[in-house]
Amino acid sequence: MIPEIGHFSLILALLVALILGSVPIIGAARGNAVWMGLARPAARAQFFLIATAFICLAYTFASKDYSVGYVASNSNSKLPLQFRIAAVWGGHEGSLLLWAMILSIWTVAVSVFSKHLPDDMRARILGVMGLISVGFLLFMLVVSNPFERLIPAALDGRDLNPLLQDPGMIFHPPMLYMGYVGFSVAFAFAIAALLGGQLDSAWARWSRPWTTMAWVFLTLGIMGGSNWAYYELGWGGWWFWDAVENASFMPWLVGTALIHSLAVTEKRGSFKAWTVLLAIGAFSLSLLGTFLVRSGVLTSVHAFATDPRRGLFILVFLVVVIGGSLALFAWRAPTVGRGGKFSVISRESFLLANNVLLAVAAMSVLLGTLYPLFLDALGLGKISVGPPYFDTVFVPLMTPALFLMGIGPIARWKNATLPELAMRLRWAFAVSVATALVLPLLLGHWTPMIGLGLFLAFWIFASSVHLVRQRLAGDRATLLARMKSVQRAWWGMVIAHIGIAVFTLGVTVVKGFESEIAVRMLPGDVAHLAGYDFKFEGVQDSIGANYTASRGQLRVSKNGVERTVLSPEKRLYTVQNMPMTEAGISPALIHDLYASLGEPLEDGAWSVRIYHKPMVEWIWAGAVLMALGGLLAISDRRYRVRRKNLTEEKAVTKKSVVKKAVVKKPAAKKTVSKKVSAKV
Amino acid sequence: MKRFLLPLIIFLVMVGFLAVGLHLDPREVPSPLVGKPAPAFDLPLLDQPEKTFSPKQMLGQVWLLNVWASWCVACREEHPLLVALSKAKLVPIYGMDYKDTRAEAQQWLNEGGNPYAANAMDIDGRVGIDYGVYGVPETYVIDKSGVIVYKQIGPITEQVLSNKIMPLVERLQAQ
Repeated sequence: MIPEIGHFSLILALLVALILGSVPIIGAARGNAVWMGLARPAARAQFFLIATAFICLAYTFASKDYSVGYVASNSNSKLPLQFRIAAVWGGHEGSLLLWAMILSIWTVAVSVFSKHLPDDMRARILGVMGLISVGFLLFMLVVSNPFERLIPAALDGRDLNPLLQDPGMIFHPPMLYMGYVGFSVAFAFAIAALLGGQLDSAWARWSRPWTTMAWVFLTLGIMGGSNWAYYELGWGGWWFWDAVENASFMPWLVGTALIHSLAVTEKRGSFKAWTVLLAIGAFSLSLLGTFLVRSGVLTSVHAFATDPRRGLFILVFLVVVIGGSLALFAWRAPTVGRGGKFSVISRESFLLANNVLLAVAAMSVLLGTLYPLFLDALGLGKISVGPPYFDTVFVPLMTPALFLMGIGPIARWKNATLPELAMRLRWAFAVSVATALVLPLLLGHWTPMIGLGLFLAFWIFASSVHLVRQRLAGDRATLLARMKSVQRAWWGMVIAHIGIAVFTLGVTVVKGFESEIAVRMLPGDVAHLAGYDFKFEGVQDSIGANYTASRGQLRVSKNGVERTVLSPEKRLYTVQNMPMTEAGISPALIHDLYASLGEPLEDGAWSVRIYHKPMVEWIWAGAVLMALGGLLAISDRRYRVRRKNLTEEKAVTKKSVVKKAVVKKPAAKKTVSKKVSAKV
Repeated sequence: MKRFLLPLIIFLVMVGFLAVGLHLDPREVPSPLVGKPAPAFDLPLLDQPEKTFSPKQMLGQVWLLNVWASWCVACREEHPLLVALSKAKLVPIYGMDYKDTRAEAQQWLNEGGNPYAANAMDIDGRVGIDYGVYGVPETYVIDKSGVIVYKQIGPITEQVLSNKIMPLVERLQAQ
């Protein structure tokens, strides 16, 4: 009964989405307020219906109802409850339901936080999101129904893929999808603006917090996935350039470009067509990623479904959504007009250069991901493009991008001069060159790649320090008051940039100084790596809920002092008879000690791999900083003030650009923002 | 107007490829190396770096040279077939580990099983250039006189193995 309620809710949700995707948009074109007004209740109804379907599926999993095919293929009676719930998105059909669910969450969020938007704009935005929802709901109901009954019912389920039985599974996919799908908001804003012909700085300002929010989720989602791969796959790697990873990385790159491009469009009115194209691009790449993962055109460790009907459906959907929006772009963009003029040396130019580099990077990832497919389509055979390609392409693209990151925030809008920039950044440059030359020698050895990576990381650090000092200079008020006078969005930028520096530092150090050994160990044997002694104390068998495990123990000491104990595991998931490794990791700020068990050898010996990973945690710490920066930027008061009323808000924004004005009038602004936040 | 159409055109070209890609199977391609002697090399072995492997050592035998790498996803697909083939002991399989690290390669073989009589390490991919490797996996059938008779680009499938490679190997062995 419950699965049928879920199924029925999905059908109703499709009908509501059809209304949401058509009536408000037509209403906006005709200026019919009643039709436009339908958007908000429809968005809410859609959310309620999809949430009902979602809860029904979760309940079906929790209650172990193996008469539903999807449940029988993705869970098992011995699977712990939290994984039975997470198994909702463990397979193809359920991931689509999660996709639709999250899309409806974003749609409701837009309907709630869009009171300040003009009616036609809001109707168009919600309508476009409704149309996307139609595609996904249809896809589910036609070829990927998670509620389909299995006749006769299975006695027990085939279990969730053991790779996915990890706490990471509970958080990583929802986070990633929040990011992916979140770009649909920026996309809908762009399409609505193209439809209405209203591409101005107000549009850019409305889009900004939504885009940044999606970007924050995507950043955290990718970070979580990378961290998960690190401890779950047992290779000590944190990024594999796998097709599915690339599918999440491409929207991230374009989304990052979009955030910066939106800033220019809002502040200077430039780059309008380019910003719209990026907004379309970010979401198109999210959809393409879904296609690549779900259609089975690419082989990947993440590949789930290979049903050509599904592939064809998504392809048609892609053509309609992406092709349609690009055609709209080609039709409407020429009328957009250019924004303010700027010279070759100006913040606009630096941002544009960074934008182009990020977009090219995304395209080269796309090329690398699709290249095997292209060759195959041309009849040239099936191949894999791996890290050698991506590493070769990425370093030359990211080097200038990271270098420009140091200059961009310091350069003036419209017109800056090189000698002045050089004067202001000379210390930052000297510090980073010196660090790049000396630090590697202190750490062990110098190679050009280590030098380059350290130079870029410290270049961003040093120029950020310069930027903050310059911004806080002055003696009129206390330091605290001066800090408060700076917009939160600006602090967000600084923190996100420092996050990039921290990330770069982590990648450079771990790539340059990591070491590893693979040894055969008998109980009592000691292995040596990076100054540490690893004493193998043998392996004990243990039994988990749905697996049996061999748990090894390695006592780690340095100069005779015990430091930690690593407990790598080798698990055998009994239902699918699938072996899994669980690495034993001792994480720390300076380095990780990482061990994983290989195969049992004769006479009780085991093959053991031990890794020393200096500063690997900085990679993820950097990503967390980026996300924090994004959150801080969203919390900027100018986004909240705006809801009060349009005229007042415009005055405030203009003033907040000029620092003095903000210092003079903090009290007035605060009361406004308080009132508004209380209202929200 | 024209430059604004560009994204759409690029996208449509890509869709064309994706549409074809949906209905594709790996196909055979003629290689300029077929009919020519296998390029010579002398590379260290994966498990014993002090020893080397060279195609010369194989003169007088029919053998398979399989180019693979631990980072190659398509290699995972063909690996079980290679393992099964090596258990049948019909033809010796030698591996060339392409642009890889020893630790990762060994780990990979530990996980999936080792079908190779020996593995040559082509760490910088130089020998791969001589062989015209433009992606992994690739498999070469080499006859008793050291001439490449067949080249499979992409993973070996059961079909290719039973219809192409094995009949060819049997014919060559009988010569």
